[in-house]
Amino acid sequence: MSKKILIVDDEPNIVISLEFLMKKEGFEVVVACDGEEALAKVAEFAPDLVLLDVMMPKKSGYEVCEALRADPAQAALKIVMLTAKGRDTEVAKGLAIGADVYMTKPFSTKELMLRVRETLGQA
Amino acid sequence: MKRGSPTRQRLTALGLLGIPLLSYPLVGLPGGTLADLPAIFLYLFGVWGGLIALAALVAERRGK
Amino acid sequence: MLSGWFVVLLSVAYGGLLFAVARFGDARADAGRSIIGANVYALSLAVYCTSWTFFGSVGRATSGGLSFLTIYLGPTLMLLCVGVIVKMIRIAKAQRITSIADFIAARYGKSQLLAGLVTVIAVVGIVPYIALQLKAVAASLDVLFDRSGHAIQLWGVDSTLLVAAVLALFTILFGTRHLDATERHEGMVAAVAFESVVKLLAFVAVGVFVTWGIYDGFADLFRRAAAQPELLRLMQPDPSRAGAWAAMILLSALAIVFLPRQFQVMVVENVDESHLKRAVWLFPLYLLLINIFVLPVALGGLMHFAGQGANPDTFVLTLPLSQGAQALALLVFIGGLSAATGMVIVETIALSTMVCNDLAMPALLRSTWLQRQKRGDLSRLLIGIRRLAIVFILLLGYAYFKAAGEAYALVGIGLISFAAVAQFAPALFGGMYWKQGTRAGALAGLLAGFAVWLYTLLLPSFAKSGWIDSGFVEVGPFAIDWLRAQALFGLDGLDEISHCLWWSLLANLGAYLAVSLATVPDALEASQAERFVDVFRHAQRAPDVRLWRGNASLQELVELLERFLGPARTRQQLAAHARSRGRSDWRELAPDAEFVHFAEAELAAAIGSASARAMVSSVTREEDLGLEEVLDILDEASQVRAYSRELEAKQRALEAATGELRAANAQLRELDRMKDDFISTVTHELRTPLTSIRALSEMLHDDPRLELGERRRFLGIIVGEAERLTRLINQILDLARLESGRAEWTAVAVDVGAVVREAMAALEPLFREKGVRLSGEIAAGLPSVLADRDRLTQVVVNLLSNAVKFVPGGSGEVRVGVACSDGAVRVSVADNGPGLTADECVSVFEKFRQGGNTLTDKPQGTGLGLPISRQIVDYFGGKLWVESAPGAGATFIFTVPLREPDA
Repeated sequence: MSKKILIVDDEPNIVISLEFLMKKEGFEVVVACDGEEALAKVAEFAPDLVLLDVMMPKKSGYEVCEALRADPAQAALKIVMLTAKGRDTEVAKGLAIGADVYMTKPFSTKELMLRVRETLGQA
Repeated sequence: MKRGSPTRQRLTALGLLGIPLLSYPLVGLPGGTLADLPAIFLYLFGVWGGLIALAALVAERRGK
Repeated sequence: MLSGWFVVLLSVAYGGLLFAVARFGDARADAGRSIIGANVYALSLAVYCTSWTFFGSVGRATSGGLSFLTIYLGPTLMLLCVGVIVKMIRIAKAQRITSIADFIAARYGKSQLLAGLVTVIAVVGIVPYIALQLKAVAASLDVLFDRSGHAIQLWGVDSTLLVAAVLALFTILFGTRHLDATERHEGMVAAVAFESVVKLLAFVAVGVFVTWGIYDGFADLFRRAAAQPELLRLMQPDPSRAGAWAAMILLSALAIVFLPRQFQVMVVENVDESHLKRAVWLFPLYLLLINIFVLPVALGGLMHFAGQGANPDTFVLTLPLSQGAQALALLVFIGGLSAATGMVIVETIALSTMVCNDLAMPALLRSTWLQRQKRGDLSRLLIGIRRLAIVFILLLGYAYFKAAGEAYALVGIGLISFAAVAQFAPALFGGMYWKQGTRAGALAGLLAGFAVWLYTLLLPSFAKSGWIDSGFVEVGPFAIDWLRAQALFGLDGLDEISHCLWWSLLANLGAYLAVSLATVPDALEASQAERFVDVFRHAQRAPDVRLWRGNASLQELVELLERFLGPARTRQQLAAHARSRGRSDWRELAPDAEFVHFAEAELAAAIGSASARAMVSSVTREEDLGLEEVLDILDEASQVRAYSRELEAKQRALEAATGELRAANAQLRELDRMKDDFISTVTHELRTPLTSIRALSEMLHDDPRLELGERRRFLGIIVGEAERLTRLINQILDLARLESGRAEWTAVAVDVGAVVREAMAALEPLFREKGVRLSGEIAAGLPSVLADRDRLTQVVVNLLSNAVKFVPGGSGEVRVGVACSDGAVRVSVADNGPGLTADECVSVFEKFRQGGNTLTDKPQGTGLGLPISRQIVDYFGGKLWVESAPGAGATFIFTVPLREPDA
């Protein structure tokens, strides 16, 4: 059974590339383009991992992450934060509120895949 | 200190102006007559009256 | 000839009128409705014009031409120095000064010796002047009755003595109503002002009579006079008298302040400082009017009485009489009487106050008789002394008049008196403006000046009268030539008055300055110097009570006050003082420094500052503060004042600086934060397209087997994102240039309508593609603006592409309007998009703040278009804003002023 990945980003072109990348690796992919939709999709599809952008309309990635970590039903969910915000404080904040991985954009596709598999325990 | 009163300063300036105007050698200038009146008579009363008029103008202009 | 009884009746009636006026003035003052206004004050100053003016000016004009005018020009100039007079009035009020002697004595440490000396000088200098007034009355009576020898008798009594007696009565009635000499004598002032009007009317009447009655106007009179060489001389300036001219102006300028009667009306009787504003011009105007006819009357008299040897001093009477104008002559007589009596009344009050407070009181206070009367009420005695002094002075004047008669010593006394009081100038002016002036200096100066005056002016006038040997005038004492009284050190060629004035002022000023500089003031002198010189500063605060230290008993001080003021007045003043200190009963007051100060001030008003000082010291045990300590206190006080002012200013400056610094700091921090945010935002914005580009490029690179469709799609995205990146970089650089002011601008006349049309045409495909309707309403004949055409185009394109981005495809509509209003061209771009909230209306102009959810079109926007547009419009001097409400579309509007902004 393939793992399910939820891609959350408000940039359509980034969604296109991530979706293509994940599908090629054999994951099942769901897409959300803002924070609220992301929470809805998590509840609906119960993904194994979320690729989460930070700067989004309606709810930021941090808020989504906090909400997910506050939900005991989602304890097993892996969160990979993907963001163009690369300052140390922002990385620290992301990890502090419970992200498993924090990657800055632009990312290397190889490294992203590596970290995703690692996080899912497939490496 | 209230010495800066502009009215007082203007009046004092008038007084200072009056000193040379009402002293020799200026007083020695108007000789002869003007329309039968002695020029010195006209000069002295003219300057004097002028000073008084200006003083009245300065002193009464404000504060009444 | 006039009937004697008629003249007597008229004089009595006039006297009665004067009493009535004075009574009315006092009644009004008692009722609290003073009649002393600015005009009355100014008229009372005209007590300056005595019978010496009324009769004597014409006499002087017959020998000296217009030089008599100097006596009136000096006061005119002096009055213009209002600051000096205001300061004098302030000091006098603050110190409860009663006379000019008191003024000088108070300044130099309340010195009894100095007060006495000033009083002696004043009495010696002025009593003959009073005699002159009596003589003028007698002389005018002589003329009226065509007699000679000043011996008109009434009931067997000399008429002049009667006049003197009536004046004494008047002065006693209206001059010694209160014991408090600083209390004003409003009735007397009113009577004097009334007399001023009478004498002016009388003199002008005789002037008009001579000029237009006897002659045919000024021109006729002067023309006829000019025909006679000796008269023509009087109508010409005489440069050989330039020195005397200047000396007379100086002398009379000093006299208008220092003559005891002038000090009395100008300073002591002043009700309100602001009255000076009127006096400063009205009094000189009075002087001008009373002098305008002097020369015509003099010339008229000389021509009319040519060869008859008539006395020019009585021309004002003899001219009307010679024409049979008896009524006019009587008016002139009354005018002359006014001039004489006004002077005598005021001068006598002033002198009697001085004699009582500064000569009699010190002597009495020392006498054993008074010591024994320690508990008695002295206020009646004090009033009695003052009344006695009045009688004494008038008697002295009368005696001098009888003794001198026609002697030179009387005729020339006017200017001699002026020269005597001029001796007060160095000590008084010095005391007002120079803190270093000392009592010893003032004494030395006054003594030196007075001695020179005696020797060069008064004694020679006695010699000329034949009372003493004139050798010291003609050949010098002991035949020492350079000591000749009116040619000291060989200085001859001057008239006697100028000669005396220069030498006496030189000796006076020299001694005052030299001795002042060589001596050290005592504590009281130093503190009084401070209070006089800095009166404008001290007046605003309570007296410096730290300058008195010691023990006093309330009981003793109150008893002292009662002795001199009487019980009633004492209670009244005590109650007022208690009220001013917030107490209902004076018995609750402590006998502290402030109370001692109050008591001394009250006493000073009654008996002069020097005697008051002596009395207060006699009942208090004062600690001697010593000069050093007083100077320290004063110094400290003034330093503390100066220092605290400075400190205050510094503190304010510091607070301002701190505030500025804090603001600057906050601004810097804000700027720093903004820069940080900006960089962070820029980074974010740059990284976002780069992310797609990198990810897609890597995928294309790593997977050669991608199908063509995918490849093409990915490459298309990469190209688009690369363009977006380029645009972003360009705009960031553009904005940086605009913000730093390094952008290059052209300024040409731009037709805004054309620019908008071009921009619409250029973006038309974009609108068509999205199915958005674009319409323009561009007013015709718009004036061109001065702007950079490309930049203007950039703004319009920005607004249009913004609009098309937010309106719904298909049903979208964008309307562009260009019109001219309020001196500016106004461009509006209205859309029917989702609209903006009030907050968004502001934030859309912030960098990287894109309005609404633009997910679908995100690559189109950089979030910099509106900030850049606003920068551009600002540069043109216009404004860019948005009007919108959620759901109601948005209208972006910008204006460009028609004229180039005055940058």
